[in-house]
Amino acid sequence: MSFDPRAAWEAIAGSPMFGLALTLLVYQGAVWLFERCGRRPAINPVLVTMLVIIAILSLSGIAYQTYFDSAKMVHLLLGPATVALAVPLYRQLPSLIRSWPAVLATAVAGSAVALISVVVSARLLGASSLVQLSLAPKSVTTPIAMGVSERIGGLPSLTAVLVVLTGVAGAIFGSWILTLVRVRSPAARGLAFGISAHAIGTTRAFQEGETQGAYAGLAIGLAGIVTAILTPLLIGWLTQI
Amino acid sequence: MLGSITVLVICQLAGEAIVRLFGLPLPGPVAGMVILFLGLVIRGRVPKSLDRVTRGILGNLGLLFVPASVGVMVQTDILAAEAVPITVAVLVSTLLTMVVSGLTMQLLDRKARKDQP
Repeated sequence: MSFDPRAAWEAIAGSPMFGLALTLLVYQGAVWLFERCGRRPAINPVLVTMLVIIAILSLSGIAYQTYFDSAKMVHLLLGPATVALAVPLYRQLPSLIRSWPAVLATAVAGSAVALISVVVSARLLGASSLVQLSLAPKSVTTPIAMGVSERIGGLPSLTAVLVVLTGVAGAIFGSWILTLVRVRSPAARGLAFGISAHAIGTTRAFQEGETQGAYAGLAIGLAGIVTAILTPLLIGWLTQI
Repeated sequence: MLGSITVLVICQLAGEAIVRLFGLPLPGPVAGMVILFLGLVIRGRVPKSLDRVTRGILGNLGLLFVPASVGVMVQTDILAAEAVPITVAVLVSTLLTMVVSGLTMQLLDRKARKDQP
């Protein structure tokens, strides 16, 4: 028998469960805080969790890769979660049958604006070409964005981070800007969240209402498909003008 | 519950296979979403346990982005060097996309509704 706090800490930090436990604990704490503060969009749970975990890892000297390997289980669920979006989509089937041309046109217009505006503004502000390419698919969900980024010569790991920043920006400012420009239709608000801010925006859309959430979920898939097709076609032209 | 999780995973795998088979420019999970959607259309309703599982997953979507987002800490060099263009471009583009998408849908959908008797 002995009393060895250092060995105990090493057992925790070295365990393959450490990253998983840290992610689950901090995220639930961030959600609690978010609820306590009246669901204020600025206290975005993903953003808060990210900052807290970075602080903990930096202070305890744990490398990102070690953390990621252990939290990978959570990351891998992004795939089945994307598949799961079929369910809210199916629930909107009747209204979708009525408005599919409008939905499709909106997805194409919105995705084109997302791509063109981010590359052109980054270029005008003097961003390097690697950053421009990594930013191009920033509005679509992580698995799609990383694939597109790799294909056009961006840095997929940087894209993953930019995707989260975009989602958080959309979740924080989305409700405000949509109300400002008088977008009242729940379907239109939902599509706007999904096209511009993928799944993180969709979480915010679900907080506004079930219809908003369903349309946002639908938009993740549509915008993902449109962006996957459009980006390789336009990127050469965009980075040269 | 296990059955529903299996359905989601199998749809994703089928999606990955179809994407490769036909050389589609889509990620596998998106193709998987289309497959599950078609399955639901054919079946005509959402099974109760699938409904519960998807609600659980979609209610916590943000959590799934956490491991990738912490990757900020290894990208600090590039992010710090180009912080201004990145921040401004992300903000401007995200808000502009939001406004254009919202207004386009509202305009087109309202018009579509009016055209209907």
